[in-house]
Amino acid sequence: MSQAIQVRGLEKSYKDLKVLKGVDFEVAPGSIFALLGSNGAGKTTVVKILSTLLRADAGSAGVNGFDVARQPADVRNSISLTGQFAAVDEILTGRENLVLVARLRHLKDAGTIADDLLARFSLTDAGGRKVATYSGGMRRRLDIAMSLIGSPPIIFLDEPTTGLDPQARIEVWAAVRELAAQGTTVLLTTQYLDEAEQLADRIAILHEGKIIVTGTLAELKQLLPPAKVEYVEKQPTLEDVFLTLVGTKDQK
Amino acid sequence: MTDIFTLTGRSLRHISRSPDTIITTCVTPVMFMLLFVYVLGGAIQTGSASYVNYLLPGILLITVASGIAYTAFRLFMDMQNGIFERFQSMPIARSSVLWAHVLTSLVANMISLVVVVLVALLMGFRSSAGLASWLAVAGILILFTLALTWLAVIPGLTAKTIDGASAFSYPLIFLPFISSAFVPTDSMPGPVRAFAENQPVTSIANALRNLFTEQPVGDDIWIALAWCVGILVVTYFFAMSTYRRKIS
Repeated sequence: MSQAIQVRGLEKSYKDLKVLKGVDFEVAPGSIFALLGSNGAGKTTVVKILSTLLRADAGSAGVNGFDVARQPADVRNSISLTGQFAAVDEILTGRENLVLVARLRHLKDAGTIADDLLARFSLTDAGGRKVATYSGGMRRRLDIAMSLIGSPPIIFLDEPTTGLDPQARIEVWAAVRELAAQGTTVLLTTQYLDEAEQLADRIAILHEGKIIVTGTLAELKQLLPPAKVEYVEKQPTLEDVFLTLVGTKDQK
Repeated sequence: MTDIFTLTGRSLRHISRSPDTIITTCVTPVMFMLLFVYVLGGAIQTGSASYVNYLLPGILLITVASGIAYTAFRLFMDMQNGIFERFQSMPIARSSVLWAHVLTSLVANMISLVVVVLVALLMGFRSSAGLASWLAVAGILILFTLALTWLAVIPGLTAKTIDGASAFSYPLIFLPFISSAFVPTDSMPGPVRAFAENQPVTSIANALRNLFTEQPVGDDIWIALAWCVGILVVTYFFAMSTYRRKIS
């Protein structure tokens, strides 16, 4: 199997509620794939099935060439999950969180790995503080840093920027881009259109339990009638104003 | 196995960061001990020379009963947090998370028990027990802690609210009051006495008391062991099947 993730006819119901009604998609190795959908569309359910936390009712899913139902241990060896809520231990310090995951992955020099990641995600100064004192953006950065330990080939990010302020979102986006630059396959879910537009190589729109369209941003744009040339006054968006005023460096 | 120790280290660090959990666990039994020895004890006829000697076994059981409420609490908090899903999606045995909580509970309760015994010594508790008897006492308390810990795992996994997760421990803390832990059962009216004499706390408390005073332990120790092992086996299987349902 040449695809990093391969999903065929995935179905899942919670009691009477049919959440997934036959989901199909593929993710190429080393790409960023965005699963776009509104709240309740089933994005988290897909991620949970792919990360072996849930069993599908029907259909099949392969991750890194392993079947999620039959080879869950191999799948877990190939992935890292960053769940919808920051999966960090609040009572431990940032560094202790990283050391914990490194130990659980049986890596040597857990301390060195932790220090390197703290530096990479600009958390060195905060590394000795309890995570409970971190801001939302710092928590997410730590969360993503924890997912990088052991360099799994595939990373799932479930709504990585939900609830973050604009600056923190930009920090997380930078972290995701850095991941992909190193050849990691990233599957991220989001309800923000601009996030998918900013990050993803390919985008799939999940709506009412089905993928209604998949493609690159350019392909999706072609589904609409060709662009008309109109002259409009270019107004800065509130986000532009906000970011200019608070002086964030990294824009795009 | 190393994963279990790594995860146990994590929860123990939680406890060391919030020492109040150990203090609260110790305060309730110590308060009971002070109340019963210095306020009520003078009026209680136990037939033993020192009331604190009579009382300590029951107090130790109360210590464990209040200590395991925190096990349910910590497990519940982990389940609520994304960290649980991270562990479950990592290449580690899935039961490691549960075992780590059980080991943590054991260590935390042993610390509380040592603190309570030290306070009892200050209050005049004396034991003629030799090394073998102390080891037997420790063994029974470890079994009792494990049995109640696995019991605590069930609400920890299934509770909907934080209060629900620890509420189950109140009846457990109350159970020693209707037993031989505070007063001999002879003075109780028929039905109460029948209940008191046939519930686990009485046989466990009697067994511990006899071990402390180097008396022959008689049948009590076997009944006590049977209760501990019985509760342990039943709660272990219930807890494990609940866990499996929860994570699949």
